Amino acid sequence: MQIPLILQFVNLLASILLLVVFAMLAQRRILSLINLFAWQGGILALSTFVVAYSTRQHHLYYSAGLTLVLKVLLLPWLLHRLIRKLQIRQEVETLINIPTTMLVGIGLVIFSFNLAAPIAELAQGITRGLIGIALASVLLSLLMMMTRRKAITQVVAFLSLENSLFFAATSATQGMPLVVEFGIALDVLVATFIFGIFFFQIRETFDSLDISHMEKLKDD
Amino acid sequence: MIELPLLVLLATPLLGGIVLALLGARSWAAEINSLMSGCTFAISVWLAIVVIGSGPQTAFQEQFFIDQFNVFLVALTAFVAFTTSLFSRPYMRIEQHHGKLSTAMLHLYYSMYQLFTFTMLVALTTNNMGIIWVAMEAATLTTVLLVSLYRTPASLEAAWKYFILCGVGIALALFGTILLYFAAQRVLGSGGTALLWTHLNQVKGQLEPTVLKLAFVFLLVGYGTKIGLVPLHSWLPDAHAEGPTPVSAVLSGLLLNVALCAVMRSKVLVDGSLGNHFSGNLMMGFGLLSLVVAALFLSRQKDIKRMFAYSSIEHMGLITFSFGMGGQVATFAALLHMTMHSLTKSAIFFAVGHAVQKTGTQQMDHIRGLIHVSPTVGWGLMLGSLAILGMPPFGVFASEFLIITSAMHDYPWTTPFLLTALGIAFAAIFGRVQPMVYGQTSAKALPHTPALIPVFLHLLLVLILGLYMPPYLANWYRQAAALLS
Repeated sequence: MQIPLILQFVNLLASILLLVVFAMLAQRRILSLINLFAWQGGILALSTFVVAYSTRQHHLYYSAGLTLVLKVLLLPWLLHRLIRKLQIRQEVETLINIPTTMLVGIGLVIFSFNLAAPIAELAQGITRGLIGIALASVLLSLLMMMTRRKAITQVVAFLSLENSLFFAATSATQGMPLVVEFGIALDVLVATFIFGIFFFQIRETFDSLDISHMEKLKDD
Repeated sequence: MIELPLLVLLATPLLGGIVLALLGARSWAAEINSLMSGCTFAISVWLAIVVIGSGPQTAFQEQFFIDQFNVFLVALTAFVAFTTSLFSRPYMRIEQHHGKLSTAMLHLYYSMYQLFTFTMLVALTTNNMGIIWVAMEAATLTTVLLVSLYRTPASLEAAWKYFILCGVGIALALFGTILLYFAAQRVLGSGGTALLWTHLNQVKGQLEPTVLKLAFVFLLVGYGTKIGLVPLHSWLPDAHAEGPTPVSAVLSGLLLNVALCAVMRSKVLVDGSLGNHFSGNLMMGFGLLSLVVAALFLSRQKDIKRMFAYSSIEHMGLITFSFGMGGQVATFAALLHMTMHSLTKSAIFFAVGHAVQKTGTQQMDHIRGLIHVSPTVGWGLMLGSLAILGMPPFGVFASEFLIITSAMHDYPWTTPFLLTALGIAFAAIFGRVQPMVYGQTSAKALPHTPALIPVFLHLLLVLILGLYMPPYLANWYRQAAALLS
């Protein structure tokens, strides 16, 4: 069966998205990580736009625009500003054992495709296979959160998780109702501001943004 | 018909939050806070009376849905939020006198308190499964800065953990919501109605079971993080122990309930689609695990607020288990236990807050002889602990008794786990509270008058409900239980 050109394009974008998540998983430099996050947002906006064009869902144009403004421009700009203010632009994070992390990541991709297989069979047309990629990106972002030791990179991982979920929503369901999408966007924006406040509080208290300082609360 | 009370109900805390944020640090912010919470409670009673009289209904183009189940939680939430605001007025002033809080921090506290109430009420009353998610996330956002209010290293760590863990958890719930929408679209078509619970409830039999099964796993794990179900509970003791006591009281007494309400809404849909006991079994498993693990952790605690936080995990586990069993009686018992736990646990936190202020420490080894220093605080803590441990004639006894008897009837193999866990919890908490209340002390009396009316008001209600349940209330619970099972 010939796959329509536009669907091939969405599939291409989805695979690029997965690659970007892998690249983020292995990225040591904070600055590059934020740039990768902006790229991820850009791909997301483009794929939302393509889905909007092919399915003629008008509200998806709005969410593509919202993604562009929020996730490509506003949030990366905020993060850049933050790392400039905190003077950690050039900082490099020591990641332990990148090859193992990558292997675990591949395992997660296989697991997600297996988990999503019965659902993908139900999906018509545009969505087949994309749910697997979306779930894989979600789990990879979770993995990124677990492997990071700095507060700011954990937050980028959190935002990447949010992006993956957004991708799941547009690819699997042609977008959630607009009111829900606006609500989610608002939550993400407020969350980023609060994270920003936290960075300063954490730095003031611990003299560092390393979260390994924050492992005191335990049950003995 | 319910439009007016609903609109006022949601507008009051939102307006309160905005006004308190804009006014800046005023000395009468605490009074405004209590006044707004009082109004919210009065309106919730109005809404409850209307809904019980005329049955479930939707409002504002079906975006909101009120039935006997969620109006019960609305009334409970508004009541505890009101009494907590009464408690926090003198409590926070004492904290300020001790130099622990600045005026700016109090300013943040009062406006966030109102906004937090607002997000919980939205999460409870909305008909849109997506908006439930948005409101739950907003509830985390409004409380996270309150947990780190004292700016101590420990409180920052607790708040960070709370933020990250609940953020991740709630992200999984969003994936579950997306899957639910995916299944709903195939039946209801795309557009605004496919996430509305009332519409989903009508077509739940046609929703694709494989998708819903996966969706429920994500929803339960996601919202379960908020409920504090083991193994996703690790944020909860930290956040409860390090935040200000009024925040611990509302987190424990209210937020956990709201998350559970979201799970129950999903459960009704999944049960209708699957037609088996899949969701119930999952909830029973998680509930039982939480109950047992929390009971084992209880005896190892040294910090008084951490201990009662684990007790909250234990009770939420018991409620989740009881909802999981399903059936009229078990659901009724779970609803009753939700009420009793909210009232008792917040009363305990009030008493604990004053005990900690008096002795200046949260370490239980250093808190002694409360009854000599301040008899009311001592008695409040003692009676509250007895109530939460399920001693008759308090209401917790009635609800736990109902849960255990229905477990014996339907799932006899769970009985030993339940009884052992409750027994361990009893020994752990009673063994700790007894010396704190009756031990020898040299501490001096508290210079301020503690605000203990809310404590005894809650305990009195729990006592009355344990002795006599008014038919009106029993009928209300029965209707709510019927909607869920």
